[in-house]
Amino acid sequence: MESVDWGFVLEQTLIQALGLNAAVYAIAAIGLNMHFGYAGLLNFGQAGFVAMGAYGMGIAVNQWGYPVWVAVLMGMLFSVGFAVLLGLPTLRLRADYLAIVTIAAAEIVRLVARSTALRDITRGAEGLNEFIGPFREFNPFNPSATYGIWFVQYRGNTFFAVVIGWTLAALFVLITYLLIRSPWGRVVKAIREDELAARALGKNAYRFKMQALIIGGVMGGFAGMVDAIGKATVQPDFFGAALTFFFWLVLILGGVGRVWAPIAGSILYWGLITFVQNTGRQLVDNGVIRTTIMDTNQIDQIRFWVVGGALALLMVYRPQGIFGSREEMALDAR
Amino acid sequence: MEMPGRPRTAMLFVAAILFFLLPTVAAFAQDSENVATRITVEDETGERVPVEGVAITVTDDQGNEVGAGATDAEGVFMLEVPEAGTYQLLLDDTTLPEGVSLTNSDRNPATVILREGQTGATIFALTSGDAVAAGGGVTLRQIAQLTVEGIKFGLFIAMAAIGLSLIFGTTGLVNFAHGELIGWGMLMAYFFNFYGLAGVFGWMASWPPPFGGGVNVIFAAVIAMVLGGALGWLLDAVIFSKLRARGVGLISQMVVTIGLSLILRYFFLFGFGGSPRFYQDYTAQSAIHIGIIDITPKDLVISGLSVLILIGVGLFLIMTRWGKAMRAVSDNRDLAESSGIDVQKVIRYVWVMGAGLAALGGVFDSLAETVRWDLGFRILLLVFAGVVLGGLGTAFGALVGSVIVGIGIQLSTVWLPTELKNVGALALLALVLIVRPQGLLGRRERVG
Repeated sequence: MESVDWGFVLEQTLIQALGLNAAVYAIAAIGLNMHFGYAGLLNFGQAGFVAMGAYGMGIAVNQWGYPVWVAVLMGMLFSVGFAVLLGLPTLRLRADYLAIVTIAAAEIVRLVARSTALRDITRGAEGLNEFIGPFREFNPFNPSATYGIWFVQYRGNTFFAVVIGWTLAALFVLITYLLIRSPWGRVVKAIREDELAARALGKNAYRFKMQALIIGGVMGGFAGMVDAIGKATVQPDFFGAALTFFFWLVLILGGVGRVWAPIAGSILYWGLITFVQNTGRQLVDNGVIRTTIMDTNQIDQIRFWVVGGALALLMVYRPQGIFGSREEMALDAR
Repeated sequence: MEMPGRPRTAMLFVAAILFFLLPTVAAFAQDSENVATRITVEDETGERVPVEGVAITVTDDQGNEVGAGATDAEGVFMLEVPEAGTYQLLLDDTTLPEGVSLTNSDRNPATVILREGQTGATIFALTSGDAVAAGGGVTLRQIAQLTVEGIKFGLFIAMAAIGLSLIFGTTGLVNFAHGELIGWGMLMAYFFNFYGLAGVFGWMASWPPPFGGGVNVIFAAVIAMVLGGALGWLLDAVIFSKLRARGVGLISQMVVTIGLSLILRYFFLFGFGGSPRFYQDYTAQSAIHIGIIDITPKDLVISGLSVLILIGVGLFLIMTRWGKAMRAVSDNRDLAESSGIDVQKVIRYVWVMGAGLAALGGVFDSLAETVRWDLGFRILLLVFAGVVLGGLGTAFGALVGSVIVGIGIQLSTVWLPTELKNVGALALLALVLIVRPQGLLGRRERVG
């Protein structure tokens, strides 16, 4: 038996690199790009925005029985509300304070969502599972058939979410592109470069930063909604702090401050992770790596080493990422 | 860091907690040779009382009975299972004491999946029939007890917070890997407590402890603190001093600490496994009564030690040349440098001291609770809360802030469900930033 079935590994890698997860991460990272790449906001709570979108939409269907479009609106509203709550106290503060508060706020969202106190609304640690029905009615694809190109195939229901995901990602890239080229975008970038100078020119830095936080946050919310539609479930522990770090790696891998780079970063990230994981698993299953050294569970942990290592090394040696531009990264607080 | 030298018997242990007025952290008993279930009831003073005679039956996935028994006078039921696999644990609820029942009877039998050489755990949540009736009023005794618990926890946080705050003060770096410095200390203490160096170097097995076998947790804690300091030295020498020399920005450095934190944390999970464990010494202690407070002797000792160590650190910072230099660099780096202080050397010492203290804080906290791979990350945000509350960059502010956070967390359980107690602390963190961004002891400066 061959030690690694490369055909299978390649197939899995491509399926993941172009699949639901990659689309969700790309959308969230486009939002993060708006925050960090253009407005210079150190948002380490993007997972909280994603959770807000997913829960807002899920609860609207589950709890209040709203139609799909209203539910999506609720998801957006939840994200906006979270952005305002988060921005009001912190946007006047130094950048690293924002980092600490956003990471704490995202944890608050997760802890509250999984608490038994809100069990009637959020279904506690079990998460929301019954909201998917109305969304499936819009699915033009046959759930029992598979769709795709070549051997990259997805089941109908997943393919529906994959299509929505990549469409939204493209739309958000376009929106970001137009916004950044607009006068609004130039002010936001000016604030990132030198907030004092921008304020001296009479720009209300606080308001522009808040707007950027809301726009990027709503994009994050859409990432959560796409994820919920694709997986037909909303699990509170999915939105842990680690998720935010993955979005950051996707952003930095692609290149901060390049509108389309998060998409490239997400495809690369999921390709890399899946490749490492599947190759490792096969090496263990086929006895090339003995289980006394590591088992398949431990292979899964290696991906975090890859993520952490890549994040640190990129930040030091190529902070602009693969496709980023150096001048957009002329950012450092203080 | 795979822990070798373990008996290859798959082990199985179950912890059952009785949630009374004061829900507590799971009490796990573990022995390297046996499978153990420890079932305790907590009375209204918060003391855990072992429950004798609770019958438990263990079956494998084919439904064959592997063993059965009842908890003994210590509330312990032990069973060694022949091999890894999936096991069902059925608790006979007719043998529970009167007024105590399973919170969720769907979870009985509980399923435990065991991997070779690893320890499986499951929890039976139990409820006392009286809990609802007695839940109304808050007694002074309860407040006092919670305050003591809070001070204790706050002291552990403070040990880590001082380092975090000083590293920020001297370098401007927000160190998200500080949680892993806490976790590193805890794991090293556990490692030396259980295996000694022979855990890594098998040929040392015949040597005396700490080389060949496990040492008492007190010595293990000292070793852990030294190794914690060593890790701090290493991180600064190999990574952060280089980054400073390269002129890498602070935000970039902060992202580097996040990457570092991921690597270290999952390295811990890789070596240690996901199940919580206990140190070999001082696991099951009954509380002693001091006035209206109940506290276990080990908690009393480690709290006292924390106070002594923190006083020592305070005196070091106020009285000694190096301590003064650290505060000077933290206060105004350029001024300190121009008055002849070797800033890079001071920063190196701050890393060593901060990491050593964080390691010790991790040992203490895990002694009071359980050893688990992600403990550091779990309390990192609370450490941040303490540091921000006290004022980023101040050593004494971190101390005060942490103790307030600790007390706040415990006292909030009077009004909030226990699972939300950390939410209160994190909300406090946000609130402080609105009202007083420089923290309690911080100096007012332009922050935006």
